[in-house]
Amino acid sequence: MDRVKTSRLTGAEIVVRCLQEEGVEYVFGYPGGAVLFIYDELFKQDKVRHVLVRHEQGAAHAADGYSRSSNKVGVCLVTSGPGVTNAVTGIATAYMDSIPMVVLTGQVPTHAIGLDAFQECDAVGITRPIVKHNMLVKDVKDLASAIKKAFHIATTGRPGPVVLDIPKDVTAAVTEFHYPDSVSMRSYNPVRKGHAGQIKKAVQLLREAERPMVYTGGGVVLSNAAPQLRELVKLLGFPCTNTLMGLGGYPGTDPQFLGMPGMHGTYEANMAMQHCDVLLAIGARFDDRVIGNPAHFAQNPRKIIHIDIDPSSISKRVKVDVPIVGNIPDVLEDLHKLLQGAPKNDLQAWWKQIDEWRAKDCLRYDRNSKIIKPQFVLEKLYEVTKGEAFVTSDVGQHQMWAAQFYKFNQPRRWINSGGLGTMGFGLPAAMGVQLANPGATVACVTGESSIQMCLQELSTCKQYRLPIKIVNLNNRYMGMVRQWQEFFHGNRYSESYMNALPDFVKLAEGYGHRGVLIEKPADVEPALREAFASKKELVFLDFITDQTENVYPMIPGGKGMTEMILSEEL
Amino acid sequence: MTRHIISVLVENEAGALSRISGLFSARGYNIETLTVAPTEDASMSRMTIVTSGSEDVIEQITKQLNKLIEVVKVIDLSEAEHIERELMLIKVRAGQKEREDMKRMADIFRGRVIDVSDNTYTIELTGDTRKLDAFIQALEPGSILETVRTGASGIGRGNRVLRV
Repeated sequence: MDRVKTSRLTGAEIVVRCLQEEGVEYVFGYPGGAVLFIYDELFKQDKVRHVLVRHEQGAAHAADGYSRSSNKVGVCLVTSGPGVTNAVTGIATAYMDSIPMVVLTGQVPTHAIGLDAFQECDAVGITRPIVKHNMLVKDVKDLASAIKKAFHIATTGRPGPVVLDIPKDVTAAVTEFHYPDSVSMRSYNPVRKGHAGQIKKAVQLLREAERPMVYTGGGVVLSNAAPQLRELVKLLGFPCTNTLMGLGGYPGTDPQFLGMPGMHGTYEANMAMQHCDVLLAIGARFDDRVIGNPAHFAQNPRKIIHIDIDPSSISKRVKVDVPIVGNIPDVLEDLHKLLQGAPKNDLQAWWKQIDEWRAKDCLRYDRNSKIIKPQFVLEKLYEVTKGEAFVTSDVGQHQMWAAQFYKFNQPRRWINSGGLGTMGFGLPAAMGVQLANPGATVACVTGESSIQMCLQELSTCKQYRLPIKIVNLNNRYMGMVRQWQEFFHGNRYSESYMNALPDFVKLAEGYGHRGVLIEKPADVEPALREAFASKKELVFLDFITDQTENVYPMIPGGKGMTEMILSEEL
Repeated sequence: MTRHIISVLVENEAGALSRISGLFSARGYNIETLTVAPTEDASMSRMTIVTSGSEDVIEQITKQLNKLIEVVKVIDLSEAEHIERELMLIKVRAGQKEREDMKRMADIFRGRVIDVSDNTYTIELTGDTRKLDAFIQALEPGSILETVRTGASGIGRGNRVLRV
């Protein structure tokens, strides 16, 4: 691609050329009237490969999973009207978890906008609250720079999805093509370096801490700060917890790791969060599923240092003492420099306390059960895959058990919809993960309710020969809904029972995959071993699990971090 | 809950206004008034937003505004010395009986009668929000036919300047 020489291209050619310039490998999409010129250009080249999903929600989730597992931008292409509205759930999912995506949406021709044309909807209006930014490109002359901007905005600062709405006539119009090398915007200049004075204050607090705690979130994963985090935590000798979005940010098997905090976090992580005297929060946002009730959290005085790229995440739910706005790896390196050689904190009493909390063994479950326990399946999944799989999940009990029982030693291996909590995310996300990581082991942990929300993508998996292993924890209930109804709604299981379930084995076979039904605990491990030995085919493992199992510990909504419900004595 | 006047410099692009008003509704922030028009640099608009909330909420409002890609600069004018003005056009009953009184009332508030008919006056009045409120209060409710207000525009005093 010659950047200097300009040539006259159509809008559709420009779209494809820009994607090539950005090094885009895959576009996840679904054609339709408004994007036909773009699809025609995709047809004429082979650099950018298109993955045809079966529903636009799948396109957005697949692009999202691709991005999360690879640190590249996920790209999707959908048509106007229903193409856009179908993608909305996927865009909102990416937005809530700050995933860099560029979503190209077709639009009716500019002369038809506003006239209720066929397949017209206000894509920019509909997506405005669920994107980092969006733009309607009305003039082909602005197209290349808009695409450059979209990639720039999606990937810098706090990442997020950007929607570009492109009317059909713009894709047909012709202009000189020149792809800008860089973007300069007076209104958008994300910081990198943290404030030196604030970093010094943080160092002082960390050195004086007697009961320190490191609490990290998705920001560590997104900013690729896992190596810097590991070095800093090792240097300090502090305990560390990773949120649902941050798992893998710190090695899950390391003795300094206390597990996940929050509503279904470990006893030790929650107790340490509440009782620490200095809390170092990194790329995490103190959300309701982590700290519960902020007033309860504030009852224990502690000094809080908060590192985040997004100033609006700081002091939003919890007042912090030392805010540091900056790119996490840079800030952690600065902290490391200043802390190196400092005398070690005496943490003996604190670790003794933590070990007492650990002794609660809060994740224990009945290992002698005659019925398959979901936790058992996930423990075996961890063993069989040696902890090295990419694991996507849907939303509900299975998601929490996966987060509790699969120990992630590396970032970008655990792919789930943490913020929006989108059922149906797991399977299409796994497609993106598998395409981004050919040859890697990819497991989609799901439940019989979630999997049915994007089931059609089994067809896409067949078309692109994606050997995903679906681990379906089938308890014939919307398990998490059932659990809340048991705890808080007097056992009235209103509409949470899954009746008339399909035969998942036959269903998988109907799509050309292999299906396996597993009903006994003794069959769990052999079934997993056999499935994961196959590198070529998708296997749908339908585990019939205990219907009444609950996720423990649990902090009821609105309660504090120490007000956990623990599993019954076994 | 205190009243704050927030000034925003924003790229003069399609959709910027709805992005800002959408932010306020999506996050449950108040908007009492919002005015917007281009500045001396036509590529930029300046917005004055009158809002109210606790200190925490106002902090979030300014941070969230700053986060919008098209927003170039944000300041909370009410943090320091500033001036605010609002324009009101008010159409009042002014028949033979009321004409004198109404003119006198307008004079007291330094308003100007800018349109006259057999039985109405339209009065133009500028001032801060409280002054316009006071004028409305001072009139017989039955004598007001129509009111239109621009919402407050604000500017910092002296050397306090909001520019790129």
